[in-house]
Amino acid sequence: MKLYDSIELAARNLRESVLRNSLTTLGIAVGVASLVAMLSLGVGLQRMTARRLKSSGLFDTVVVTSRRDLRSFNREQEMNGPAAAESPDLDEAARRKIESVSGVLEAYPELRFITELRYEDKPHLTMVGGMAFSSKDSDGFEGLQGRFFSSENVAEAILQKSFAAELLGRAPARGPDEFSVADMAKPLLGKQIVMRYVERSSSAENKDSASYSVVSHELALTIVGVTDLDPDSVRGPARARLFIPEKLLEGLHVMQAYDYRDSTRATSSEPAYATVIARVSGAGKVDSVEQAIKKMGFNTFSILDANKGLQRLFKILDLFLGIFGSLALTVASIGIVNTLVMAILERRREIGIMKAVGASDADVRGLFFAEAGAMGFLGGIFGVALGWVIGRVINFGTNVYLSRQGFPPEQIWAVPWWLIAFALGVAFLVSLVSGLYPASRAAKLDPVQALRYE
Amino acid sequence: MGSTIIRAVDGVSLDVASGEFVALLGASGSGKSSLLNLIAGLDSPTSGSVIVGGRNLAGFSRDQLAEYRRHTVGMVFQSFNLVPAMTVFENVELPLRFAEVERSKRGALVTTALERVGLSGRLRHRPVELSGGEQQRVALARALINQPGILLADEPTGNLDSRTGTEVMELMRNLNESLPMTVVLVTHERDLAEKYADRLISLADGKIAADHVNPSRNAIRATSRADT
Repeated sequence: MKLYDSIELAARNLRESVLRNSLTTLGIAVGVASLVAMLSLGVGLQRMTARRLKSSGLFDTVVVTSRRDLRSFNREQEMNGPAAAESPDLDEAARRKIESVSGVLEAYPELRFITELRYEDKPHLTMVGGMAFSSKDSDGFEGLQGRFFSSENVAEAILQKSFAAELLGRAPARGPDEFSVADMAKPLLGKQIVMRYVERSSSAENKDSASYSVVSHELALTIVGVTDLDPDSVRGPARARLFIPEKLLEGLHVMQAYDYRDSTRATSSEPAYATVIARVSGAGKVDSVEQAIKKMGFNTFSILDANKGLQRLFKILDLFLGIFGSLALTVASIGIVNTLVMAILERRREIGIMKAVGASDADVRGLFFAEAGAMGFLGGIFGVALGWVIGRVINFGTNVYLSRQGFPPEQIWAVPWWLIAFALGVAFLVSLVSGLYPASRAAKLDPVQALRYE
Repeated sequence: MGSTIIRAVDGVSLDVASGEFVALLGASGSGKSSLLNLIAGLDSPTSGSVIVGGRNLAGFSRDQLAEYRRHTVGMVFQSFNLVPAMTVFENVELPLRFAEVERSKRGALVTTALERVGLSGRLRHRPVELSGGEQQRVALARALINQPGILLADEPTGNLDSRTGTEVMELMRNLNESLPMTVVLVTHERDLAEKYADRLISLADGKIAADHVNPSRNAIRATSRADT
């Protein structure tokens, strides 16, 4: 029998017992829908995480440390490469060299220090950190109230939310999430805060020794912003609680905790940095930049290293979501087997007639196969549509929840084309496999018996 | 089935010539339907042979049997065995689908077959909307559609009143003479058989009890006889 004849006969058989076949098709659709919904949720979460990580600027950042000072984040790195004693200093010369590596946009030292700040004549002790001007476009500032620094070298400060709360004398009773950033920014923006700091002052005549003087200063800063996140938080959510422009901080020559290390080094009077951050032009270049910097004898770390673990986590998540979806699909395919076996009982006589007028085993088998395939195909289409709607509803519900909690909306769910194709293919294949047994049973039916059957 | 082996047809030796109109007579359970099923290729003998056109059906595979049923024999039944969900047209067209006849040629073939059995119009009706006689005509048209050489009829008048039964028998006789077509008729109505068949074979308990030329119709038949 020709294929179109099989399909035509199958279609009319499906129409004949439309209720039962639609229910079976619905069963498949529900199975496919749950598969699609689960997988699209997995894909969506994965994409969301990747998007957030990317926009946070973490994907284009390489953290460089000296082998002399710090142990590596990565054991393998520690075992290979030059010994710590042969590793170069991470000083200004090294920073320039790193900046000249192709793909590096900017390299700046990570400067931080603990100091006292005075706000409305009350002292507050906290960590002050530099913020590179290039962080301006980072998504980490999504929730920034106020504005970013007006220029690279201006005496302005951006406060971390918890520090803002402290300045206002609000002790968060149940964690820092209690106050909204906007609430706290209002009374603080535009106000002055005085930062005390100690300058490391190298005397000109003492070039060859690592000695330096320490001079105390005060600097008045204008509060321009309050933020929730720290966009440079490669290693933790809050690097510091008050940020000033990186270039400004560099110019102040603030005494760093690791400067004590310098005075024990005695090779150069040039200050060395504990950490240099290299900003790379794109996530794709991170690997080659890392390699080049490693060749210079430094340790490097990027979020891509950590992201590999994250990707594995998502693969496992996908797998489990897929397994749950497949369970639903299995139940649906048992439905197909049941429907087709019932159809054989009901249509024994018809099968007998078809055989009597010349249908071969293959014809009968093809007919039942086509019916199973058609139910699978239709079920697949409905299922994808249904899964899409379910995903939409979940997404909508999540965003309603998020907006109640004061968060911006988020796309937590995605149906890529490959998923649609995959779901349709799976529905079709599962149906054919489910049709295998009923179809061969129908094909083997003895025509004499079948015709006798009333 | 239980453990008892039933020999429905046992030790029957029978030759039917091409173009012959043969009636198999016997009480119910005499084995006449089983014999017909063997000739129809619906059943295979446990031993012995069924030779049609020089080919032994006993050695056929299931596919070969299907092919044989498709092209060599046409069947009509007591209960018509039309597919209730299909229209008249679709029922007659069904064997053409299995024979993979091109779609464009089917309409004409179906119409011709239906005209031959005296039915035209009502193509879109379903079998239940037709009278018994009309249903049997549709079944006959379906049996003819692939132009087989042999027509096998299993109690074709069993569900019909005597007038429509006669009409159907006349039709079969006509097909037998005009096409010409070999007809094997299974019936328990001796008077119908005597009226239309060339040869009467009586079966009892799976064996042939009598085999003789119908005395009322023995004169006319041609003698070109190849073994079937």
